Amino acid sequence: MSEKIYSSQDAATPIVIVGHVDHGKSTLIGRLLHDTDSLQDGKVAQIIESSKKRGLKIEWSFLLDSLQIERDQGVTVDSTRIPFRLGQREFVIVDAPGHRQFLRNMITGAADAEAAVLVVDAQEGAREQTRRHAMLLHLIGIRHVIVLLNKVDLLDFDQAKVEAVEKSVTELLNKLGLEAALFVPASARDGDNIASRSERSPWYKGPTLTEALASVPSPASRSELALRLPVQDVYRFDNIRYVAGRVERGRVRVGDTVIIGTQKTPARIASIESWHTAPHVSASAGQSIAVTLEPDVIPDRGDLLHHADAAPMEASRVRVRLFWLRQEPLRVGEHFRLRLATAEHAVTVTAIDKVVDLDDLTEHPGTEVPPEGFAEIVLSAAENIQFDPFTPGTTDGRGVLVDRQQRIVGGAPIIGPATIADGEKVIHPSASTVTVQDRERAKGHKGSVFWLTGLSGSGKSTLARAAETRLFADGVDVTVLDGDTLRAGLCKDLGFSEADRTENVRRAAEVARLLRDAGQVVIVALISPLRSDRDLARQIIGDGFEEVFVDADLGTCEQRDPKGLYAAARAGKISGFTGIDAPYEAPAAPALRLVTGKDSVEAATKTLVTFVENTVRNKTGARAQS
Amino acid sequence: MDHLDQLEAQSVFILREAYRKLKPLAMLWSLGKDSNVMVWLAKKAFLGRVPFPVMHVDTGKKFPEMYKFRDEYAKKWDLNLLLGECPPVEDMDPSLPPAARSAARKTAGLAAMIEKHKLQGVIAGIRRDEQGTRAKERVFSPRGASHKWDIRNQPPEFWDQYATPHEEGMHIRVHPLLAWREIDIWRYIEREGIPLVDLYFSKNGKRYRSLGDSDITFPVESNASTLAEVIEELETTKTSERAGRAMDHESEDAFERLRVAGYL
Repeated sequence: MSEKIYSSQDAATPIVIVGHVDHGKSTLIGRLLHDTDSLQDGKVAQIIESSKKRGLKIEWSFLLDSLQIERDQGVTVDSTRIPFRLGQREFVIVDAPGHRQFLRNMITGAADAEAAVLVVDAQEGAREQTRRHAMLLHLIGIRHVIVLLNKVDLLDFDQAKVEAVEKSVTELLNKLGLEAALFVPASARDGDNIASRSERSPWYKGPTLTEALASVPSPASRSELALRLPVQDVYRFDNIRYVAGRVERGRVRVGDTVIIGTQKTPARIASIESWHTAPHVSASAGQSIAVTLEPDVIPDRGDLLHHADAAPMEASRVRVRLFWLRQEPLRVGEHFRLRLATAEHAVTVTAIDKVVDLDDLTEHPGTEVPPEGFAEIVLSAAENIQFDPFTPGTTDGRGVLVDRQQRIVGGAPIIGPATIADGEKVIHPSASTVTVQDRERAKGHKGSVFWLTGLSGSGKSTLARAAETRLFADGVDVTVLDGDTLRAGLCKDLGFSEADRTENVRRAAEVARLLRDAGQVVIVALISPLRSDRDLARQIIGDGFEEVFVDADLGTCEQRDPKGLYAAARAGKISGFTGIDAPYEAPAAPALRLVTGKDSVEAATKTLVTFVENTVRNKTGARAQS
Repeated sequence: MDHLDQLEAQSVFILREAYRKLKPLAMLWSLGKDSNVMVWLAKKAFLGRVPFPVMHVDTGKKFPEMYKFRDEYAKKWDLNLLLGECPPVEDMDPSLPPAARSAARKTAGLAAMIEKHKLQGVIAGIRRDEQGTRAKERVFSPRGASHKWDIRNQPPEFWDQYATPHEEGMHIRVHPLLAWREIDIWRYIEREGIPLVDLYFSKNGKRYRSLGDSDITFPVESNASTLAEVIEELETTKTSERAGRAMDHESEDAFERLRVAGYL
């Protein structure tokens, strides 16, 4: 590969330059362009002019700051691409700003780079953004990393001092599973070891930066891997149906039998169509093509076409290495859409397993991912997701999370299928061939869980039963899971300790999930006093969990006391009773709140029934509060 | 696949994403070399047709050769051509330098077209290597309600996933040629035999390297009178492509101000 002869007919090799703010990235780029004679006529004069205007001698970084606002602020705002040439090989430098809030610009620039130059101030060593950027290089899949130890003049080119920095940066990279291709001791400002060998570091025998760049390997061909052709769109022009998509890897030939999507429909490639080219009998990785199929089946966007002998993995729960791009934290229970090539799946964050601490690069269990943080999490979908695990150098497993507004909120390279974490028992749940859509069509509504929480005596069971009668009459397949009923059978081994109450909630949630999966509408009536327990239920149930707060104040409940329990608790005959000597944590943002201390049973039932009907029959306005 | 194949495949992918996700969608056709390549790529993507309207926002000041070209190829390529007019220069921001003020007419004309046709997507043929601010663009670039480009708050864009947020009054500019270099455009024109206005070729020692309004665009010194000669010239030149576009050079930030306001 390194023997390849390059010419201007070749693609430019993208190189990303990253590093902590003020470690010298922009200076390096300015110097590199100057030393390789890559500047347009007049550009150097322009920089000198701009520098003078601002009272500076010569500031190489002005070259990049082609936006007025950047110059005035002294910060590079966005990633920029700058071409330069070494011999016959062309490069594009992607400049990634070091300022922390511009993380998403760096990813935008870095994602398609072949190699990275990590600039580290030799005197300061690795800093917060050095770690953050190195982590991103790892997650985005860049394997060829050149570390430029900059400002080595400040260490007087002292070999021992330079090697000490090198050692600490190596340890840092190793923690991330990265290995530097090499370390170059340099001074970008003075040009040492950039394009020419420095006389000030005679002990350094390695390549200069430009020599190192010239030997960056070109990307490996993906044509010899197993075929993956994700459907991008289906067109019908002049009565012919075309299935359009880009071959992500492998090769497809006219006459091949391919398997389509999770439905696994086989079809034959009848033709590969194109305009203004010689007819194709095959197409390989990277090509955007259109095929016709025999029989003329209609795949959906996102369906993967593959050969029968090399199928992708399939799972409804996947473990991903998240890089989170929002300024607010991410928590379990949040919903997103997972984009994977052209497929898009509704997913719920069902577990946050490991959160990375950027100060020391250790991993901890956590309940939330911090703003712009890194973590290993589990995403669950209602249907199976077809994927190949993330592999640098391919487009496999490149998951991206988008929110409801179709804004990109994070990268989610897929590690593999997620097993249910509890005790990691080896179980193989069999998948139903009856789809969610089949069930919806048969029943005329979605399966869903309405989780009624509230104090004892607030009216949960009364409302649940009244709603059940009403919904059943309307043709809804509905079940009530009531706390006392569960404790009479399934949970009769459990008491009222906190651990037992959590287990009670867990069992109720698991049963509710099974019934929901079978297409039923489930109304759970359970005190479930702790927020963490209800979060657990939400996590187990995933999509279609609606929290309903049955809100009556303690005085009202105690006055009603239909089962005589408050009296018993006050008399000290029972302990750990919610509201008396155990806490009730009211929901912060329930999907529905029924004020049963004020409203009549009739009014509250009506509100609940309307909410359920709107939610399960996909009507709008389901989120209105009572 | 060689480099041109890769660029073509990527542009086809982008055009197909735009067609799938943004409706109504239209492509800007400025009659220059880049936008001819873009029309050609659309025909590649959609099996010989352009399944959305092609818009020419007409300043009324293009070269006569360009109007002749437009009318000829709109027919030959079977394009659904929409024409948009631009308001007079007197209506433009008087604080802009003269050529930039003149160019701003096109921004206003484009805004009117977008509103008239309620466009969600506008495909434009800008390239990163043309100009510093264009280098900072996204492939799918959201424009707010007043068509403003919010450079400081651009969405992340990676792994070929394009954000398609939708709010009242906003639209998305789609840039399928962003990764192409000037020389790639010329090599592709040569390879595919894409027709061009002959102003790009040298007459009497001068040719146009970039085409805009006839009163604010100037030819460069050149003897390149064939495709092969143009390509050879570009392999050695170090002057910028937009050197002949007056509005780029009036002041340090004139072009940026135009772009933030919605210019291409």
